[in-house]
Amino acid sequence: MQQDELIPHLFRREYSKIIAVLYHSYKLKNLEIAEDIASETFLKATEVWGIKGVPDNPTAWLYTVAKNKVRDYFKHNAVSEKQLKEVAKQNGFETEKDVEFSNQNIADSQLAMIFSVCDPDNPAESQVCLALQILCGFSVEEIANAFLTNIETIKKRLYRARINLRNGNFNIGALSKTQIEARLNSVLKTVYLLFNEGYFSKTNNRMIRKELCSEALRLGAILTENVLTNMPSTNALLALMCFQSSRLNARTNEEGEAILFEDQDRRLWDDELIQKGNHYLINAYYGDEVSKYHLEATIAYWHTTPANKNKWQHILQLYNQLILIEYSPVTALNRAFAFARVYGSEKAITEAEKLKLNNNTQYLSLLGYLYSTVDVGKSISYYQQAIALTKSQMEIHTLTKEIKKLTKEKSQH
Amino acid sequence: MKEFLLVYRADYKTMPKGSPEEMQAITQRWMNWVAGIAAQGKLADRGNRLMSSGQVLKSDGLVSDGPYTEIKESILGYSLVKATSMDEATALADGCPILSFGGNVEIREINAL
Repeated sequence: MQQDELIPHLFRREYSKIIAVLYHSYKLKNLEIAEDIASETFLKATEVWGIKGVPDNPTAWLYTVAKNKVRDYFKHNAVSEKQLKEVAKQNGFETEKDVEFSNQNIADSQLAMIFSVCDPDNPAESQVCLALQILCGFSVEEIANAFLTNIETIKKRLYRARINLRNGNFNIGALSKTQIEARLNSVLKTVYLLFNEGYFSKTNNRMIRKELCSEALRLGAILTENVLTNMPSTNALLALMCFQSSRLNARTNEEGEAILFEDQDRRLWDDELIQKGNHYLINAYYGDEVSKYHLEATIAYWHTTPANKNKWQHILQLYNQLILIEYSPVTALNRAFAFARVYGSEKAITEAEKLKLNNNTQYLSLLGYLYSTVDVGKSISYYQQAIALTKSQMEIHTLTKEIKKLTKEKSQH
Repeated sequence: MKEFLLVYRADYKTMPKGSPEEMQAITQRWMNWVAGIAAQGKLADRGNRLMSSGQVLKSDGLVSDGPYTEIKESILGYSLVKATSMDEATALADGCPILSFGGNVEIREINAL
C-alpha cells in the first residue's frame, strides 16, 4: 500500500480505537482531549513517516506515541501525580501501568464507547453523524459527503449531539447488565441507521457507501463478541447487514445506477457474506424473540435463495408481520411489491393505491412498475410524476429509460 | 384521526375447518388483510381473537356459561383502526375474511373517556 493511502486507512481504523481506549482508561473529562491526543498522534505520524518512512509496525508506533502524548498532557496540565493517581484509583485504574492497547482493552473500550455515543436522546441523524465521527473516524467533510449536505449542517448536528454526550455522564466503568439491556435497542438502531445510510445512500460514491456499510458491520461484530450484548436481536441485525452487503457489488453498475434485484448478476454476490449471514441468522433464532431485525434479516435471507414456489408468499408474510410491528412507508411499499409477486399486478395495484403516498417517489415509481403490464399509459404517467418529484439524477436517468422502453413497446403494438 | 372498533362476528358452525394447509391459507388471508390496513398507517391495535367459551354475569348474580358456539353471531375477535370518518372506517373493513364465511363486521366509533 502506498503511504498516501496507508495513512488515511490507518487513521480510519485506529483513530476511533485510540480515542475509545484513552477516554475510558483515563476517564478524561472531555472527549475532546482524547480526540486531540489522537489527532496529534496522527499528525506526528504524517511528519515522521514522511521523513523516515513508515515503521515496520505502524499500529504499535501509533499506540506508543499516543501513550507518550497522554503523559505529556497530564504533565502540561499540571495535574499532579498524586491527583492523577487519586482519580485513577477511584476508577480502578493504575497509573503505573501505561494505557493498555491490548486487543481485549480495545474491544472493551470500543464497546463502552458505542454505548456512550448511542444516546436515545439524540435525533437519529445527529446520532449517525456522531457515530461516524467518534466510532468510525470519519472527518466532518466525509460525513457531509455521505449525507450530500454541507459541512456547516454536519457541524451543527455534531455540536448538538456532543452536548448530550457530555451531559449524559454515561459511566462506562459501571456499565451494568441492566444498563446495557436498556440501551442495546438504541445502539442497534444507530448501527442499523448507519448501515442504511450506506446501503441506501444519497451519494453515488460507491467507496463511501461501502465504507459506511463495512463500518456498521464492524460495530455489529463488536457487539456479538461480548456476552452482554450478544443478544438474538444483535445477531439478527448482523445477519441482515451481511445479507444486504453480499449484494453491494451487484446492485449498482459502474455508473452508480441502481440495478433491480431481478436483473442483478448473481455471480457478483458475495458468498462469504451470505454464509456469515446464515450463521448469524441461526444464532438470532435462539430464544423466542422476534424483532424487526429478525423479520428483515429473514426477508433478506429469502432474497439470497433461488426462486421457488413459495418464496414470495414467505416474503409477503414476513412483510405483513413487519408492518404490524412498525409502520414505515418503505415497508408498506416493499410489502406491496411482494403482494404483486404473489397475487399479480392488478390486485397489487388496488392494494398499493390505498397507500396514497403521493409525495413519495418510490410510491410513484412502484405504481409505474405495476401498471407497466396493465396500462402502459398510466404507467408512463406515474413514472413522469416520479421524475418530477425526485431530486436524484440517477433516479431520473433510470426512470427515463423505463419510459423510453414503454413508449417503444407501445408504438410496436 | 378517530379510532374505531371493528368487531368480527360469525357463526362458529360456518367457520371453515379444513386441513392444516387450508387453515394456513386462511391465516394468510387474515394477515394480508390486517397488514393491508397497517400498510396504510391506519391500524391502531391489531386486537385479538376470542376463545369460543365464556361466561355471562347477570344483575341477579346468576352466572351462565357459554358456549357461544351456539349463537349465530358470536364475537370472534376485534381490532382497532384509525380513520377520519365512519365511512372511511367502514371502507377499511371491506375485504375482511370474515365476510366470506357469512360473518359480518360491526364498526363502532370509540367514544374516548
